[in-house]
Amino acid sequence: MSITGSVPGTDKRGIRELGAEEKVGWDEVQQGVVLNSFEGPTENSAFLKPEDRNYADFNSYTATVASWRVLKPIYNRDICIDCQNCWVWCPDTSIISRDKQMLGIDYDHCKGCGVCVEVCPTNPKSLLMFNEAADNDAELANWPVKEKKAK
Amino acid sequence: MAKEFELNEVEVWDGNYAASQALRQAQVDVVAAYPITPSTPIVESYGSYVANGYIDGEFVMVESEHAAMSGCVGAAAAGGRVATATSSQGFALMAEVLYQASGMRLPIVLTVVNRALASPLNVRGDHSDMYLGRDSGWIQIDSFNAQEAYDLTLCSFKIGEHLDVRLPVMVHQDGFTTSHKAQNVYPLKDSVAYNFIGDYVPVDEMLDFTRPVTHGAQTEEDWHYEHKAKQHKALMDSRPVIDKVFAEFKELTGREYKRVETYMMEDAEVALVLLGSSVETAVLAAKQLREEEGLKVGVISPRCFRPFPYDLIREALDNPSLKAVCCMDKSAPGGAMGTLFNEVSAAAYSTNARPIMTNYIYGLGGRDFAVDEAKRIMKEQKAHADAGHITTNIQQFSGLRGPKLGFYETRRS
Repeated sequence: MSITGSVPGTDKRGIRELGAEEKVGWDEVQQGVVLNSFEGPTENSAFLKPEDRNYADFNSYTATVASWRVLKPIYNRDICIDCQNCWVWCPDTSIISRDKQMLGIDYDHCKGCGVCVEVCPTNPKSLLMFNEAADNDAELANWPVKEKKAK
Repeated sequence: MAKEFELNEVEVWDGNYAASQALRQAQVDVVAAYPITPSTPIVESYGSYVANGYIDGEFVMVESEHAAMSGCVGAAAAGGRVATATSSQGFALMAEVLYQASGMRLPIVLTVVNRALASPLNVRGDHSDMYLGRDSGWIQIDSFNAQEAYDLTLCSFKIGEHLDVRLPVMVHQDGFTTSHKAQNVYPLKDSVAYNFIGDYVPVDEMLDFTRPVTHGAQTEEDWHYEHKAKQHKALMDSRPVIDKVFAEFKELTGREYKRVETYMMEDAEVALVLLGSSVETAVLAAKQLREEEGLKVGVISPRCFRPFPYDLIREALDNPSLKAVCCMDKSAPGGAMGTLFNEVSAAAYSTNARPIMTNYIYGLGGRDFAVDEAKRIMKEQKAHADAGHITTNIQQFSGLRGPKLGFYETRRS
């Protein structure tokens, strides 16, 4: 299911289970429950690509946090026009896009809200929601056809 | 640059104005506030200082006290010195966010002008709101008059912002009795007050873009407990810092504060324990009883309500001459003994002296507590001491109309 490693920018996404971090005692937890986003110097992190950022252990970027998803979006590259609507609207930065080209979905962070499908303007849609257990290849092979305008 | 405020050596200020001047001198970066009686003049005066160029910081008027404290949390997490003021219902509406502020270890200063909680609605002073904050993880310091409201507000910044503490601080004063009573106050010059507090040292501030941080994280059963234990330890460990700041303040001004104030306790046979403006009433009553009847009465007051000064309360009680102690709670106890009674009794239980402990509820909704009533209660303690056991109900009500109300009797003979 995970596309980690197969798409640029996803190599560190979801590489650990949430809660798998080392449990330290009260004397070692960070004061005020403050969590650092990155390790080391991070002056220009906003200008770096995700794979070039040194994410800290407590940054959810490296955790898989989508275990409660029951519906998942499947992405059809053949229909997509790279409008970036889904990338803009996704509340969990789970649409992976690079140089304004849509690459796929980060299933380690997607919660299955369906916003990407709602905002997709193509006909048929390039993103559709399916049961979490659905087979991606089978659904892509069986994608709906273009709807004709009603007269 | 903020203008200097010209001050006389002695000013005639009420508690509200005294607190507002202390906030001004601290040069707070952000005050987010929603005015409420009887603390309104703190916010009102602060607004006029801003309008007249005496403050460099931001003053944010918000739509509720929940928003006020939320704004304070945001500004403090961003890295600023932050303060606000409230009372009563406003305090209650802030309650949720109070816990956020302490858990996030943000040293916000909240000047609380104590007022009763509805229902029935009441604007007068009692300690219901102060008691509501007692488990919120804030340091709570209590002032008994306008001078103390000024002094302790200055101290509160230095205590809360100390890097070994990093906790929010409430400075309490009694609604109307302190907040609206004009008294002589000896202020510090602006520069002297500011230098005493010092520049704000931000910690993990969100506006440090070189080190992005997340504030206000969620933790479940695998992390929450450790964070709360660490927070509790910080509150317990603030005691020596409070002592140190009070000592430095004494060096600067000659005015001495202690985490537990004791009056005439050296040889006291009976004592009252109470908070707020009533302390001055009780001290006057004790002096008169000593003169008039030779009754050895003392008074104890936890200046620092949180962290509860278990150590110093025990010290104050552990005197073989002390036979009977009455703890007086100015808050409706809601189906229990009063908080002071419970906490002071627990401290007393681990002393050798183990005085007889009783509880009075008094002053609810601003009901007057006068010297004669204080003397009556002190003499009642003497009767307990002479009898060697409690001669009344353990919990009684002072200044209440109607048939006598009381609960529980001693099983100690």
